Amino acid sequence: MSSIQKPSRDRLGDSLTALCGGALALNLLLILALLGLLLANGGGYFWQKPLEELTLADGRVLLGEIHDRKPVAARAGETVAPEAQRIQLKVGNRDLDGIDFLWLDESEIVSRSRPLDTVVLERLEWGNFYGRMVELRRGSELLAAGPEEVWKAFGPLHEEKLREREAIRKLEKGPIGDVNHAIERLRLERRKVALARLPAAAEEARLAGLEAAEREREAEYEALAERLFSLRAALDAEVVLLEAADGRRKELPVGAVVRALRPNTFGFLDKLALNASRLGEFVFDDPRESNTEGGIFPAIFGTVMMVFLMSFAVVPFGVLAALYLREYAKQGPLVRAVRIAVNNLAGVPSIVFGVFGLGFFVYLVGGSIDRLFYPEALPTPTFGTGGILWGALTLALLTVPVVIVATEEGLAAVPRIVREGSLALGATKFETTFKVVLPAAAPGILTGMILAMARAAGEVAPLMIVGMVKLAPALPVDGNFPFVHLERKFMHLGFHIYDVGFQSPNVDATKPLVFATALLLIAVVTTMNLVAIAIRNHLRRKYAGSAV
Amino acid sequence: MSPTSTAPRESEMISEPTSPESPHLAAPAAPIPPAPAAPAAATRPEEGWPIDPALDPRMGETILEIERLSLWYGAKQALHEIWMRIPKRQITAYIGPSGCGKSTLLRCINRLNDLIDEVRVEGRIRFEGSDIFDPRTDVNSLRKRIGMVFQKSNPFPKSIYENVAYGCRIHGIERKRELDEIVERSLRGAALWDEVKDRLDESALGMSGGQQQRLCIARAIAVEPEVILLDEPCSALDPIATAKIEELMVDLKERYTLVIVTHNMQQASRVSDYTAFMYLGEMVEYAPTQDLFLNPRKKQTEDYITGRFG
Repeated sequence: MSSIQKPSRDRLGDSLTALCGGALALNLLLILALLGLLLANGGGYFWQKPLEELTLADGRVLLGEIHDRKPVAARAGETVAPEAQRIQLKVGNRDLDGIDFLWLDESEIVSRSRPLDTVVLERLEWGNFYGRMVELRRGSELLAAGPEEVWKAFGPLHEEKLREREAIRKLEKGPIGDVNHAIERLRLERRKVALARLPAAAEEARLAGLEAAEREREAEYEALAERLFSLRAALDAEVVLLEAADGRRKELPVGAVVRALRPNTFGFLDKLALNASRLGEFVFDDPRESNTEGGIFPAIFGTVMMVFLMSFAVVPFGVLAALYLREYAKQGPLVRAVRIAVNNLAGVPSIVFGVFGLGFFVYLVGGSIDRLFYPEALPTPTFGTGGILWGALTLALLTVPVVIVATEEGLAAVPRIVREGSLALGATKFETTFKVVLPAAAPGILTGMILAMARAAGEVAPLMIVGMVKLAPALPVDGNFPFVHLERKFMHLGFHIYDVGFQSPNVDATKPLVFATALLLIAVVTTMNLVAIAIRNHLRRKYAGSAV
Repeated sequence: MSPTSTAPRESEMISEPTSPESPHLAAPAAPIPPAPAAPAAATRPEEGWPIDPALDPRMGETILEIERLSLWYGAKQALHEIWMRIPKRQITAYIGPSGCGKSTLLRCINRLNDLIDEVRVEGRIRFEGSDIFDPRTDVNSLRKRIGMVFQKSNPFPKSIYENVAYGCRIHGIERKRELDEIVERSLRGAALWDEVKDRLDESALGMSGGQQQRLCIARAIAVEPEVILLDEPCSALDPIATAKIEELMVDLKERYTLVIVTHNMQQASRVSDYTAFMYLGEMVEYAPTQDLFLNPRKKQTEDYITGRFG
């Protein structure tokens, strides 16, 4: 009766296998599509397009980059040629027209050209300027006239101005920042003396000392401010006279230009170099124009630092909790209930953790710290307001179940016989747990940490109420004592995406920025995970053949 | 099941013809206070206990005396009133079918059964005269003096060096020179040094099964125990690795007392000086190995060693 032909239930198995493979393939495809979308939309942000000068049927002349192109939608009762298209032109010159972008029907265009003498100026304010250079002046002295002459003279002068601007920035962030910091500390010191209720004579003496120090600092500040003033005046000494496509003219200090280009003269390599330079600016510079231009370095820094702080908090706590649950607690209904509760904690909406963090960490813990240690600064809160520490701790609460579960699994995978081997040598349970079991479970613990970090890096909602801001005045780490300022507010890539993409007045300009930032967020998370995975694989190799 | 309920079987067992050694039985039994629930007078098995320096001049000094040891896992009794003396610097083997309690008995000797919930022990084991179940006994120093090698090799997920040094570190030896010496001596003692001396820093889990088991032996002897318990140390090894371990055991008895559980009767007859046959938690027969294999006094023993059951 038995046949060697495949039974039909085997064919069912085959088709189920195919179904599983298909589901996996679909998942991979979706991820690739997501990455592709981000790359396609975000990658173009840095790529310089040629400048087109368009003459329209009504006589207007426009200059700009062609940004987008769409088929014309037919209105009711109208017929439209199927190939008719509308183009979106980035015309810049926000200070002249108030808008960066405009849509026009391609049929309105009479002629188009790519003149070589047109320039793009990326400016500190008002976005890009598209047009031609007419004159270069220092005060009333004419340095150069005519597009070519001005362009030649502009390059070296602009480089000099960039150096001057860097000097100003250094002065502001360095000595001036330090003096301001010192003056603020002296002010707080004075309040502290006032609050301390010293005997009148002693109080007087100390206040006098502080006031003297303060006067000294103020004098120092005056000198620095004067130097800053003169540097700023020098920075603005040279102006370039620009002419837009329609003939309107505009003066611009050379020092306010970030980058000047003639894109229509560019070859491929020039564009590549420009792309790299813009990418560098994006990653390493501070934002400008309410985050819509410039870089996102503070957001990257804030995200990474917050995730690290969170890991430092969550790993020890999670591991200790898991050790107790798995190794020490008597397994029974209570431990089972605790375990269920821990797992459920992972399912609590993150905003709830945010509210808890605000109430517990910020108001209760932070408020108490302020009353105990920073009474002189009140009513201005120090720790009693959102900050990077509270954000990190809130996310640590959010991710601690992940670490506990992963660690428990890692511990459970350490065979009993290995523990017995240690005990049989006369080791105590404590020694066995910390010298044998925990190292053997380290890869499992790292898996938990990786999952926690990935979750934390992408979390935005709870952070919005415990310390994340659109624009932080200073990084949480700087040169002023005590160097790491855990009470400071911080910027975050996730919030940056939301803010730039949906809260910005200039949505057309920031759309690619959103994609680029999203791509960067993924890159940051992936990098952190890869580092953790590399460590885990190293541990696994070290303990080759271990069960976890 | 209570201890009393085992009494009928116990008396069945000892209803065999009284052995010629019976006059000596009373002496060692004297220090044991009768357990309240057990029929004390009836539980005087002649097997096991009679191997006594006074009776067996070959035996010499004893290091462990197991006196009327019973053990329960919850309600299930796993060991029934075991009596035996284990001679110093000899190899004693436990044989018997699976589930007969030989591993349980072995794990009583270093109190590893303490780890299992719901285990209850009655009777005593004297190690160099003092009761290991005494509440004043420090179980960690007991285990330092009574090492163990397990059925499945269980190196720690650490380097070879760290595996051997682990026990010494636990017991407070931290100086690098001293540790180096101990590691080399222990690995030589376990006939492993020449194979691993160039890769002491590599993971122990990368070694072959036989090497891992010898590493476990090296780890056990590194802390200078007096007794080494081996729980079927060769059951997962090929014949060549088994031969090496057997050779090693014979070398080790110069310095250590070895107690080995084995399923392999050839192994027991090859390496051990004394052999105990256990069946269903009872010590059926305990005798010098040659006597047990050549002239078993019990029918059950004979059936087992000739392969008629078990």
